[in-house]
Formats: sequence, structure tokens, C-alpha cells
Amino acid sequence: MPSRKLINKLFLFLLTIPVLLFIFLPLLWLFNASLSTQVELFSVPPHWFPQHPILQNYLDIFFPSQAASSVPRTYAVSLLNSIKVASAVTVICLVIGSFAAYALVRIPFGFNRRIQLGILGTRMIPEISLVLPLFIIASSLHLINKPIVLILTYMSFALPFAIWMMAAFFQTVPIELEDAARIDGCNRLGILFRVVIPISVPGLISTAMFVFLLAWDEFFYALIFTNTLAAKTVPVAIAEFVGRYAVNITGMMAGGILAAVPPVVLALIFQRYIVSGLTAGAVKG
Amino acid sequence: MRTIHKISLLALALIVLAGMIGCAPKPAASGPVTIHILTMDQAGLKPAEIDQIARDFEAQNPDIKVSMEYLGYDFVHDKIVTGMAANPPAYDAVLIDVIWPDEFIKAGYLLDVTDRVTPEMKAGIFPASWNGVTRNGKIYGMPWLMDVKYFMYNKDILAQAGITAPPTTWEELADQAQIIKDQGLAEFPITWSWNQKEGVTCDFAVLLFGNGGAFVDADGKPAFNNDKGVEILTWMKQTLDDGLSNPSAISSDEMAVEADFLAGKSAFAVNWLFQYSDSNDASKSQIVGQAAFAPMPVFEAGRAAGIEGSSVDGSSSFGVMATTPYADQTWKFLTYLSSNEVQTKYSAEMLPIWTADFEGDDLVKLEAANPSNPVTVPAFLGQFPYANERPTVAYYNEASAALQLAIQEALTGTKSPQQALDEAAAKWIELAGQ
Amino acid sequence: MRRSTSFSPMNKNPGLPAATRLSLRDQDARIAWLLLAPSLIVIAGVTIWPIISTFILSFLDAPTGINQTRTFIGFTNYLTMLGDQVFWETIGRTMHFTLVSVGLELILGLAIAQLIHSHPPGWQFLRFSLIIPWAVPTIVNGAMWRWIYSADFGALNGLLMQLGLIKHYVAWLSMPDMAMNLVILADMWHTMPFVALILQSALATLPEELNEAAMMDGANAFQRFLYVRLPLLRPAILVALIVRTVEAFRVFDIVYIITSGGPAFRTITISYLTYLNSFAYGKQGIGAALSFLISIFTILMAFVYIRILYRPEESQ
Repeated sequence: MPSRKLINKLFLFLLTIPVLLFIFLPLLWLFNASLSTQVELFSVPPHWFPQHPILQNYLDIFFPSQAASSVPRTYAVSLLNSIKVASAVTVICLVIGSFAAYALVRIPFGFNRRIQLGILGTRMIPEISLVLPLFIIASSLHLINKPIVLILTYMSFALPFAIWMMAAFFQTVPIELEDAARIDGCNRLGILFRVVIPISVPGLISTAMFVFLLAWDEFFYALIFTNTLAAKTVPVAIAEFVGRYAVNITGMMAGGILAAVPPVVLALIFQRYIVSGLTAGAVKG
Repeated sequence: MRTIHKISLLALALIVLAGMIGCAPKPAASGPVTIHILTMDQAGLKPAEIDQIARDFEAQNPDIKVSMEYLGYDFVHDKIVTGMAANPPAYDAVLIDVIWPDEFIKAGYLLDVTDRVTPEMKAGIFPASWNGVTRNGKIYGMPWLMDVKYFMYNKDILAQAGITAPPTTWEELADQAQIIKDQGLAEFPITWSWNQKEGVTCDFAVLLFGNGGAFVDADGKPAFNNDKGVEILTWMKQTLDDGLSNPSAISSDEMAVEADFLAGKSAFAVNWLFQYSDSNDASKSQIVGQAAFAPMPVFEAGRAAGIEGSSVDGSSSFGVMATTPYADQTWKFLTYLSSNEVQTKYSAEMLPIWTADFEGDDLVKLEAANPSNPVTVPAFLGQFPYANERPTVAYYNEASAALQLAIQEALTGTKSPQQALDEAAAKWIELAGQ
Repeated sequence: MRRSTSFSPMNKNPGLPAATRLSLRDQDARIAWLLLAPSLIVIAGVTIWPIISTFILSFLDAPTGINQTRTFIGFTNYLTMLGDQVFWETIGRTMHFTLVSVGLELILGLAIAQLIHSHPPGWQFLRFSLIIPWAVPTIVNGAMWRWIYSADFGALNGLLMQLGLIKHYVAWLSMPDMAMNLVILADMWHTMPFVALILQSALATLPEELNEAAMMDGANAFQRFLYVRLPLLRPAILVALIVRTVEAFRVFDIVYIITSGGPAFRTITISYLTYLNSFAYGKQGIGAALSFLISIFTILMAFVYIRILYRPEESQ
């Protein structure tokens, strides 16, 4: 019996290997390319580990020299833009979204359900269906090519998502605690800030992380609404490495690694909160 | 009652939102003016060199700052369209590919600069360059770069195969490629940019004109689906089936062609000028010193019909945006960028657009400007006269997309060349009618 | 479980006497609207108003350009769209992408979730690893796979060649029947681990008692999975299914970066066709008609979603 259990475990363990290979082989190739020279990258068969690894592709990004092509030189600026936009979106969504979520799940006012469903519906509307009018509005308001246009338009997917997720978390706060606070003389806002939010901190962290990753990942709006370094974000900068005649695949891969580091590190640090977010039904594409 | 409440709330919401986002501060117009220029990071000068030109210009014009924006070619068109929706426009001047002026003029993007062009410019720059930016007698841009597709081959591979002279006809090319393939010198001796982008239209144009064909007939009706067009598409497919053309061509753009050629994997390549200097750059190339130009081959049928050469025009210019508040400053910079002085100074990286540079003593100087020029200058002078134009219509992008689709359908065997081209031709007629 | 995957109907648990609640109601309603106002304003501005505008735009002839006038042309955009062969091919390709990628994601995601749930040695590491592909930005993912698929220098060819599975390098993205499946594979690298994580966290919340009871009854592992866990997982699977379907149907980024729709539009999706019309061909009216069609599809999906998730609770 124990030996059969052992065989079982071994079998299951063997099953994990192809999954891990599928996850890590592409990443290894990405990392390898980011450390290669152009010439080495174009070798047949490919070198799985660079024979002459170089850090030049990374140095080009952080310490741009005149010789480097324009994309690495401007990449650091895009990183800053991305951080700016994703942080602003996260903060705004958390603040106004938590108000809305609380009102929806804890204050009966007659429209709770309808508005909840409406918000759920707006979350389903794809960016491509909104982009033309947003583009026309943004251009008439002179917002094209400014970070604020991304912060505002990212609300179209981030805010319904944040409300949705926080509503699920607030739902789990025992109502008895609220009632107790109310008897102690707290008003609604007092309850929200003194009872619900403190208890929901893990949920808020989880929401913040998901929203930050959503905003960090966004490409389509950034492609349409930004033209210059004034607002360009990392996904657009990466895309611009691709499809260039003066090909710079090694630089693109280095840029890709750098673009992936913040979200991956964030996700790994807050791994615990991802699980709680998933249990609350978060789905990021 | 409740409905009214909701509606008024919504209205209020919209007003507040508009107010919230409408009060973005506008830059004050004091101090030096900054002009934004969009160009491609591809053919012609490298960004660092253009940046240097901009710094020199700023030194001479302290009241103007130049901010350059470099993008891959594939991004430029759509960025112009979105950038023009902003007011003031995101860019004050943009690079215009030779196929875009009609669309941009129709959309009202380009400033008419006819009166700003001086007689010296008019007389000094190649007439072909002016033709590219002139419509109905009005000039809409400043010529910047002349480029055509070139035929390049790998000298070492041909020598190893015992081939003494590069091909002069496409039929000969196929024979030579077969020899090279049979000897195992290259698995796929020819490489092309036949992906579903403008590159395949360019290569198709090279072949089409080399077979005595044309995109449209004298009445402006599509003619690429006649026998001459079908023949070359059939030939393209045949070279793929025979393993002479690299099957990756169907998903390759010009940069992939270059990567292939520079890795020594192909004996023949059709590409823009930049591939040559890159082939001698050891940081990118494994074939330093092996690349050579030959005149673009033609088909035997084309030769019999008197066609001596064929290529496609890939020139570009800079246009001033119609809505820029800084038209004077922008034009000043563009004329500096394209001035004989600057173009001569940087002639080592990009061939000038001024005719005088190709004559007499200046030609000697031009050829001596760098190690590439003794090769590229004669290649240019030999190939440029055979540069053919793609159609100049406002709906070019969509027309070209229909053609790209047709070519790819034939190449992937989904449709016969005749059927695919007929469908594209029908689409052109439909577009012309809109 | 249901509560954890959706909004639940609220306040089934009145903690205060009814009279107190009643007296608070008017004041509460005002506070509720006040708290909701900022979010509703933003959503109205960036979602509701634009979708109405898109609908209006789809009835206009709206060429791009600064001097262009827009004219009302009724259903012409829709008729043009429906009469275009490329449109129907695009629908087919988009369905291919959606069905295959969502189907495989769910099947493999479920398998991996169950694998983690069985706690083989190193399962924590496996769960940890699954987070990485999900956190890698889509564009980076696309760029990475584009390079893996490179016909002449890519890792896929290198690997298959060294394993002796192919004799010659293959131009993967030139193959009309292969290209879309490769885009799907690249997309799955990013999304499938996440589906696995969702389902795994759902599995973790299931009561073990039922499973143990089934084991006592002599059900084998597969039977227990099929008859005990799977029905309990249904809500989580449905959420993943619907949200992923909506997202897959409107896929843009990864197609844009890997193939740009080629070869011969074999990998074109409806979002990409919309983009081409709106920005490359200068036909914003057609673009609006196309994108409105995507909205209708997604709103239908949302409707299904709401029905599935809320109906049972209503009947309680």
C-alpha cells in the first residue's frame, strides 16, 4: 500500500515536469536572448546559453549612449510612464471603487442590484468598442498623448473590475461588526473607514495588485492614445522594438525582461493575496 | 421621478467629468518653441545622426527646440492618423512614405508648401523626389530620402557554386538558386519580404514591372490580374514549391530578410539600401565583405518587350502638418534637414537628394565619403532610373492590403493566382467607386 | 463558492430591528448615491457615453481626417461589413481562436489545478511558477513567442531539430493552417496558468468530506473527480469560461505583435479588423459597426453570465 502511494506520488511528480518546462523554457529563451549579441542570436543551431553573455542590452537602457538605437534610449522614460499611470489608476480605483462597492453591498437603496449588474455589464464591454469615441472626445479636449488620458480611459476596465472585486470582499465582513459600530454612534462613512476597510485590508491589497497589473499590461489604449515619450508606456515601447528594419531583438528581449520584472515581482511578493483575490473571483486576462 | 433623478445624475456626471478632464493646462507660448518631428528608425540616417543634425540646428536657431520621435516603419502611418486628431497635432512634421501623400492630402493633414519652396531647391533636388510630393501642381512636402529596392547577392556563395556572374533575369536566378541548393550551399537560396505588409506589394511591384506588367492600365483600371501579373505570382509560388525561395518569406518583413542575408543563409535578397551597410557591420553581420549589388533582374518576357530594369520607389519626404501653430519654424528645420549642406555632410550614411552631388568633382567626393559609397553610389545611379511607382490613390492602404491578401492566398495555396488577383482587382474597383 | 465568484444579493442578514432600519433608509439612500457618484460619473464618462457614441458612429460615413464631414448613411456600414468576404473569414478565425484557446485552457487548467490539488512533491513551487506567465505583460509574451517561432533562428526549430523531430527548419508562421494554432499556444502560455490558479483555489475551498465519503464508497480517483468535484466546481468553471470567452473573442495584442493577421489573414481577429478599418484604412464608421458587433456579443455573454450566476439564488 505505501509503495503504491509512492508510485502515485512519483507519477504525479513526473506530470509536473512538462508543465514546468512549458512555463520556464520560453522564459529561459527570453532571458538568453537578452544576454546575447546580435550575431550570437542568429546562430544555427541556437545557443541555449550565450557563449559570450553581455549586459550591453541592459546597459543601453539604463545608461543610453549615443550609439544605441532610439528605443532603448527612450525605454527608461516609458517605464516611468507606466509606473505613473498604473499607480494613479490603482489609487483612484481603490478610493472611489471602495465607496461604490460598500454602498452596493451594504446600503440598501433600491437600485443596488440593478447598478451592480450594470457595472458587471460595463466590465464586459471591450476596449475596441469604446476607443473611437474616447479618441474623439480626448482629441477635442486636447488630452491625446498625455498620461491623464490613459489614467482616465483605463478606468473603463479597471474601475468596474475593482468595484466587483471589492464588493466581494466587503460582503465577507460580518454585518454584526457594522451594527455594533452603528450602535456606538458611527455613521456610514465612519463604519466604512473604521470597520469595513480595516478588516478588508488583505482584499484591498489584492484588488490593488490586480488593478495595477491590468493597467501595466494594457496595450491597446496606449497604442492609440500616445504618440511620443510624453505618455508612451512600456507595452508600446516593447511593440516598437518589433517590426523595425533596424532590428534589435536582443534589445527587445532585455526590454521585455525589464517590463516583466515589476509585475512578476509584485505578484510573487503578494502571492498570498492573489489566491484570496482568485477566491473572490478575480479574472485578469 | 426616479428616472428623472437618474437622468439628471447622469447629466451631472458627464458635466463634472468633462470639467474634470477639460482643464488640462496648456503650455504657455513663451521662450523657445518646441517642434515635434515623427520619423522612422529604418532607412536613411540613424537616430543618433538625426539627433546631431537637430542639435546643430538648435545651435543656429536658439528660439527653436527640436524633439525627434523615431518609430518602426509599420507604426508611422497609424501614428500620424492618431496624432493628427490632437489639436495642436502631436507632431509638427512627419515622415511621409511615397504611398501616403494622396491619403493625407485628402484628409487635410498636409500643409501646402508650394510658395515656400525656393527655386534653388526646385532646381537642385531630383525631379523624381519633387514628383513624389506634388499633386495638381501643389507641393506638400520636403523631399528627404531616395530609396529603391535593390538586388543583392552573396559573392562567396556564388563563387563556391562556380557561378561567375549574378543573374540578369529571374529565370536565370532560379537556375542559379537551384545549383546553389543542390550543392547544399544554402537550403533556401532566395529570401524575400512577402509577409502581409507593404513589403510584399513592393516585391510584387518589382517583379510585375520586370515582366512588362503594371498595377493599372491607361484608364486607371486594375491590370495586375492580367496574364503578366498571374505569371509572376505563379512564378513566386513555384520558387516556394521548389524550395528556392525561403518559405519564411511569407512571414518575413524586410528586417527578417536582412537577418537571413546577414547570417549567410541566403545567396540572393531583394531589399532596401540599408541592408548593404549593415552587411559590412561586424556587430550584426556574419558576411562582412561578401555582399554585392547587381542590377535588379527582369523576366525574359519583359526583356523581350524591351524592359531593361525594374524596381520600386521607396522614397520618403517630410510634410508639415496643416494644423501646426509652428509652420514657419517646422519648415525651417525641414529645409535644414534636407539642405545640400547637411545631406552632403552625412552622405556617408545616406545618399543625397541633390543632383549636383552626383556630378563632376562632387561625385568623386561623394564616392570617397565612406567605404560603402564607391559601391552604393553606382548601384543607386544604376537602379534608380528604373524605380516604378505604386498607385497614387487616397485609398492606397486598403487597396494594397487587398493585393497583399491576394498574393498571400496564392502563395499559401488557398486560391489560384488568377482567382486571388481577380478578387483583389474587384476590390480595387469597389474602392475606386467609393 | 457562489458568493466568492460573484456579487451576492445583499443584506439577507438584517442585524438591526426593522424599525431602526426604516428610519435610516432615506438618509442611507442619499449616502449610497453619494458614495456611488464618483464611480458612476467615471463609468458614465468612459464607458456608457462612448458605447452610445460608437452606436451612433456606426450609422455615419466617418472617414478619418481633419476636414472630413460625417454623413448619416443608415445601415450602409453594416451592410458593407456583412457583404465583405473578409468579414466572414474574420468571424471564423476569431471563433477558431476563441473556441480552441478557451477549450484548451479549461481542460489543461483543470488538469493542472487537480494536479496541484493532489499535492505532488513540489506542488507549492508549481503553484508559485504559474503566477509568473500570468504576470508577464501580454506584449512581452507576444514578442517572446514571435521570436521562438522565428523560421530561421527560433528556439522552436532549434529544439525540434536537436530532438530529431524535424529534419529541416520549418517556417511556422508561414503555414496557413498552423499560424493561428501557434498564436493560440502563445496566448495559452499567458492565460492557461491563470485559469489553473482560479480553479485550484476553487478546488481548495471544496469540502473534503464528500470526497472522503465517495472514497469510502469505492469510487476511484477519476470517478471522484468527475462526479464529486466537477459538479461543485461548476460555478468557478463557468466564471472562467465566460470571462475568458469574452476576452478571447476580442483578442488584439497578441495577434498584433506575432502575426499582424497573416499569412493571408489566417490569424486575423475581429478586433484587429476593426483596428485596420479605423486607423489604417481611415473608415471609422465601419470600424464602429464592427466594434459594436463585438459589444453585442460580449453583452450577450454578460447576460448569460448573469443568468447563470444569479438565477439559482433568486429561487432560493
